[in-house]
Amino acid sequence: MKTCLVVDDSRVIRKVARRVLEDIGFEIAEASDGMEALAWCRAAMPDAVLLDWNMPVMNGIDFLRQLRQEPGGGEPVVVFCTVENDIEHIQLALDTGANEYIMKPFDGDIIAAKFAEAGLL
Amino acid sequence: MTPEDMDLLAALARARAGLRIESDKTYLVESRLGPLARREGFESIEIMLASLRKSREDRLIWAVVEALTLNETAFFRDRMVFDHLRDELMPALSHKRRDQPVRIWSAACSTGQEVYSLAMTAAESRDIAPGARFEFFGSDLSERCLEKAQSGIYTQFEVQRGLPIRLLIKHFENKDEMWAISPRIRQAVRWRRINLMADLSGMGQFDIILLRYVLPGLDPGVQARILESLALRLSPDGVLILGADESPGSLTSAVRAVDGLPGVFTRDPAFRVAA
Repeated sequence: MKTCLVVDDSRVIRKVARRVLEDIGFEIAEASDGMEALAWCRAAMPDAVLLDWNMPVMNGIDFLRQLRQEPGGGEPVVVFCTVENDIEHIQLALDTGANEYIMKPFDGDIIAAKFAEAGLL
Repeated sequence: MTPEDMDLLAALARARAGLRIESDKTYLVESRLGPLARREGFESIEIMLASLRKSREDRLIWAVVEALTLNETAFFRDRMVFDHLRDELMPALSHKRRDQPVRIWSAACSTGQEVYSLAMTAAESRDIAPGARFEFFGSDLSERCLEKAQSGIYTQFEVQRGLPIRLLIKHFENKDEMWAISPRIRQAVRWRRINLMADLSGMGQFDIILLRYVLPGLDPGVQARILESLALRLSPDGVLILGADESPGSLTSAVRAVDGLPGVFTRDPAFRVAA
């Protein structure tokens, strides 16, 4: 079973994302900021990361930059999931190594479609 | 709505647009006609239909029939066929046509996602012959759908169904929560309201015609007629593309399946003679 790390400071969003992703066959781990997510990745690199942008301690883009420099950190498929919906943010995310990008609000169909887009399904 | 109301709607939809309205789909029909009745200033669907029975007003009849069409669509629906167009078919046609444009028709384009996906696919295709031209046509029965298609403006939900993020930022601009397709892509498409039941012989020839997820909503007697009428619009080496799981089956021998490409058909060379 593929693993997905859900990184978001909102417990509600993590719960919604977990339900959607479990339905499409992922095993889920959760982190509430970038620093916690890095600790997870260093312990066990996930197949996918669903990543919020704005979080305390370490935000999503700083996490992604760091992740891509870690041993094995080039492997996970990273899908941003954020309220940031301007082209500058999206471009920066892609330039930093994100594979896909979801603009909130999202629903189950969008997550499934984007994960398929990123080659995860 | 009464069974008589459903019969009236089924008869109108069948006669005007070849649509099949099943008599047990009352809920579906009500959900589509409710907004129309409100827009037209009627208190209920029943009152609108009563008025229509009396007046037989052509404009209202068409508004009702258009409201009964299925508009479900998405960018790059069935990715496989778009990959094939980008990597094989569009490059091959661009080399064969040389100074003639490659003509592509989305024959029931709904709100435009399909034909814009085709235009983006051509823009993304490598190996296109230098100087090759593509012409894209979008047609639909519904004026309202065509208006939206022509605007090229989509909600954030719509651009997240099927559209890869790289193509979104390459071909769209965002304004608040809405996304507008670039003038370059938008201006590559020409639009027309077309009832596929009508005589299509004035349309000219096309290299690629798409009619996806339309057949199931058509009256069985009309399906073959429309398939044959579209087959006659195909250039000799053109293809007709249906939905991935759709096939004319035994309806008509006008088209033949292409091996390994679900939903893709060529015209049977014998068909034109027979017709």
